[in-house]
Amino acid sequence: MSKREGPVIFSEIKPLTGLRKALEMSGEAVLEVIKSSNLKGRGGAGFPTGLKWGFAASDSDEHKYVVCNADEGEPGTFKDRVLLSEYPLLMLEGMVIAGYVIGADRGYVYLRGEYKGLKKELERVISEMRENKALGEDILGKKGFNFDIEIKMGAGAYICGEETALIESMEGQRGEPRNRPPFPVNTGFLGFPTVVNNVETMSVVPHILVKGADWFKAIGTEKSAGTKILSVSGDCVKPGVYEVPFGMTVEEVLKMVGAEDTKAVQVGGASGVCVGKDEFGREISFEDLPTGGSFIILNSGRNLLDMVKNFLEFFNEESCGQCTPCREGVPVLIEGLELIKKEECNERYLKDLFSLCETLQCSSKCGLGQSAPNAFVSVLDKFKDEYKLSTKIKKETVFNGQ
Amino acid sequence: MDNKPFAEETSRAPISQRSQEVEGAEAGASEIMIKVVINDVEVTVPKGTTILDAAKKINIKIPTLCHHEDLCLAGVCRICVVDVEGQKNLQASCSYPISEPIKVKTYTDRVRRARTNILQLLLKNHYGECYTCARNNNCELQTLAAEYGVTIYKFGHIDKPRYEKDQTNYAVERDMDKCILCRRCVRTCIDLQEVGVLEAVNRGSETKIETYLDLPLNDVLCINCGQCVNRCPTGALKAKDPANEVWDAIDDPDKHVILQTAPSPRAAIGEEFGLPAGTSVTKKLNNAAKWMGFDKVFDTNFTADLTIMEEGTELLLRLKKALIDKDASVRLPQITSCSPGWVKFIEYYYPEKLDHLSTAKSPQQMFGAVIKTWYAARNSIDPSKIVSVALMPCTAKKFELERPEMRDSGYKDVDYGLTTREFAGMIKKCGIDLPNLPDSEFDDPIGMGSGAGLVFGSTGGVMEAALRTAYEIITGEPVPFENLKVTPVRGEEGVRTAEIPIKGAKGDWAFLDGVTLNVMIAHGTANAKKVMEMLKSGELDKYHFIEIMACPGGCLGGGGQPIPTSPAIREARARAIYAEDESLTIRKSHDNPVIKTIYEEFFTDGPCGHKSHELLHTKYTKRGKWIDVKKEKK
Repeated sequence: MSKREGPVIFSEIKPLTGLRKALEMSGEAVLEVIKSSNLKGRGGAGFPTGLKWGFAASDSDEHKYVVCNADEGEPGTFKDRVLLSEYPLLMLEGMVIAGYVIGADRGYVYLRGEYKGLKKELERVISEMRENKALGEDILGKKGFNFDIEIKMGAGAYICGEETALIESMEGQRGEPRNRPPFPVNTGFLGFPTVVNNVETMSVVPHILVKGADWFKAIGTEKSAGTKILSVSGDCVKPGVYEVPFGMTVEEVLKMVGAEDTKAVQVGGASGVCVGKDEFGREISFEDLPTGGSFIILNSGRNLLDMVKNFLEFFNEESCGQCTPCREGVPVLIEGLELIKKEECNERYLKDLFSLCETLQCSSKCGLGQSAPNAFVSVLDKFKDEYKLSTKIKKETVFNGQ
Repeated sequence: MDNKPFAEETSRAPISQRSQEVEGAEAGASEIMIKVVINDVEVTVPKGTTILDAAKKINIKIPTLCHHEDLCLAGVCRICVVDVEGQKNLQASCSYPISEPIKVKTYTDRVRRARTNILQLLLKNHYGECYTCARNNNCELQTLAAEYGVTIYKFGHIDKPRYEKDQTNYAVERDMDKCILCRRCVRTCIDLQEVGVLEAVNRGSETKIETYLDLPLNDVLCINCGQCVNRCPTGALKAKDPANEVWDAIDDPDKHVILQTAPSPRAAIGEEFGLPAGTSVTKKLNNAAKWMGFDKVFDTNFTADLTIMEEGTELLLRLKKALIDKDASVRLPQITSCSPGWVKFIEYYYPEKLDHLSTAKSPQQMFGAVIKTWYAARNSIDPSKIVSVALMPCTAKKFELERPEMRDSGYKDVDYGLTTREFAGMIKKCGIDLPNLPDSEFDDPIGMGSGAGLVFGSTGGVMEAALRTAYEIITGEPVPFENLKVTPVRGEEGVRTAEIPIKGAKGDWAFLDGVTLNVMIAHGTANAKKVMEMLKSGELDKYHFIEIMACPGGCLGGGGQPIPTSPAIREARARAIYAEDESLTIRKSHDNPVIKTIYEEFFTDGPCGHKSHELLHTKYTKRGKWIDVKKEKK
């Protein structure tokens, strides 16, 4: 059926076999399988999925929810779109399994506003699942297991990909991250335990159940089991969506997609880091070079400072505006970058900017602010040839009054 | 604090941010004690305590800006970050509930750097000179800048305003150039008061606090309560200050300038002069006002007593009409009307329930009406030459005195309303050392207020005062509580109820014998909303009288009171008022001799008579909550 090939998600599987397999077991047993598979969240943070489900499963609230985060918004990421449009059943099946494990009665697909074109097809698949008794009451004959899935549309805010902002948005509020703790697995949607997982994570689950945790663990590295779906874009011959086992080096990916004369790769999108030639031997994995899927290739003709500025402007627009470091800090970095581009920033001020970056990384409220300066730091730290500092100590050019 | 001022059930904040308890924790979590180590000092706290509160216990101050004891958690300013061992990132101590033994450092180099940078970021866009700011010397941002030794603007500093000031509202002015987006005002308006005229809009560096469609504050459903002003850490929100006009009046030899002082400012103004909360300075204040040049200083408690006579009589008449005459047009329960914030709230949100509101004016407005009529005539003063100034704990009073219906004396009944803060400013300007002034009495003839008028300042006070008088009118006996302390109506709980059985009703009121008076007290408009929803659903049919105050804590927590405010501060102020009440000899409104005089001399047809209806009662406007955008939008 599928044209795509890959070791896990893009490998062969019969519809609903994962769910059938799960329903033959107890919820606890399924949880054990997920735990022993060492599956980690594919959205970027890499939190162990089994652990997350375990927290929610141990809660005894009257309602629990499963949310699939389909708010794919990271610049340079488009792999969830492929999964949503070509493998929707896989993700939905994963959600039902999650619902079974944690004892949820309802699931939501939080679909990115820009993906509203996919909604109709998803709804068709959902209603087909209902006809096939894969959703609704007594699912696939399993007495007492009732679960249904609904689609909630986002409105196009990047921040709503952050799970607590996503929940706020689902509740009809301004999409802003909440304080954590408490975490959504305890206090999530409407205050009930909620498991939020990325499309890719959900899509892996049926495969693990059918083919086994050991099969899954054999793929990838010791600490990063399985595969990662990459959205490869930029200066290469064959951009697109690839499923690669964890542990693949940047170099290997570049070769695979036919990239030449590569100066740098931005791994992980705007919130990721920029790696240069000397780091092309690094591996795509949670322990070395984590990515939510974005893999942007830049050849020697590209200006990295322009890229950083583009990303910072993106963050400035997409920051929820709630916490000080992110809201006020990003514009300062943009101004600083302007100075650097004009060769008007001296070493002293650059140090201040780096100190500010550290503040953003360690004291912003959510992942957006914490990762906003990543590109800035990695480019200015590692690509010193890309810019020249000013040796002048002038009031007009430098803010620090020197 | 156990008694959260905001209504947790209806709060719009995420459940996780409504309290400081760990959500989902097992029952009785607060009894589980956890040992934490803060800066190498061990401290044991109940599970769910925040790092901020735990640090406070061992006298370590962590700076805060967005945190406020009265409000839901926010964790947005990030100035309170601390290092928690084992965590990669710093944690906001105000919103980190302790659920396991942790080790915390509150001032590592990383923390200091982060705080300094955050402060620098806030100062970057904070436009406005401290010298010209109403909050100069009482600004949390300014204090922090001093504490952190800010000598330069590391990341630059804005040199021109970005926003237009909004001075349209009679009570509250907004200057968004001074806003640091801590959102205390938003949480105050939405969660504490459930009015919701302020909200954050836009994203990133474009974020700002805005009214609906950015309309002027006067054109949205602001009830003028000023609670946002009380909780703003900077000068972004301030009350409209008429001090200059008052000075002009004082300086004009033709004008007869009269000051009335309400009980709540007297119990709080000392805080502006460094006295601890709960120090009453009533008599020193009289002296200060006279030194400042006011011609007469009178006591609002007198008209509070008058309010009780009118409102109490109104209640008895309503009861009679309802129970004896079976008049279906009479609305019970009767609801108090002396809090102008509350009056505007009901006009906006429950206009169909205005019939329940007592028609009696507030003490401030009764005072105004009496001064320019009875007092003027009695002392042969041309009322047009009288400038009537009110010292109030309230910002909504500034709006109330501008109401077109408040001109029953033929003039503007009250000319200017000063808040406690503004009056303290005027005293300071004169170089008067308030705490060390000698005492001085109020002037005749309106210098006599009863203890009942005094306790008006606290939540439950109007109810207590009304019961002291009504019970005695009905039965001829004092209200059956030890030392007249009607304790069931006191307290800090958001909504309280009490049952007062009437025994031995006499004469006209014999029909009330054996009846149990059911009363209810609510403070803060979020609680008022709960009461009104119950009223709408018919749950309150058995109630006779309800006291509602717009501000948490009643007038003592008014929007014009000294900043800061907290549950502890408001409780201290309440203690001062109740103690003063007990020290007085006249503690019932109807015992006030001047009240007797005014009914003998002036309101000769008695409470709720023709004349009092002319001067002491008012009517309300069905405003409704819909804004005509086409008309309002500039």
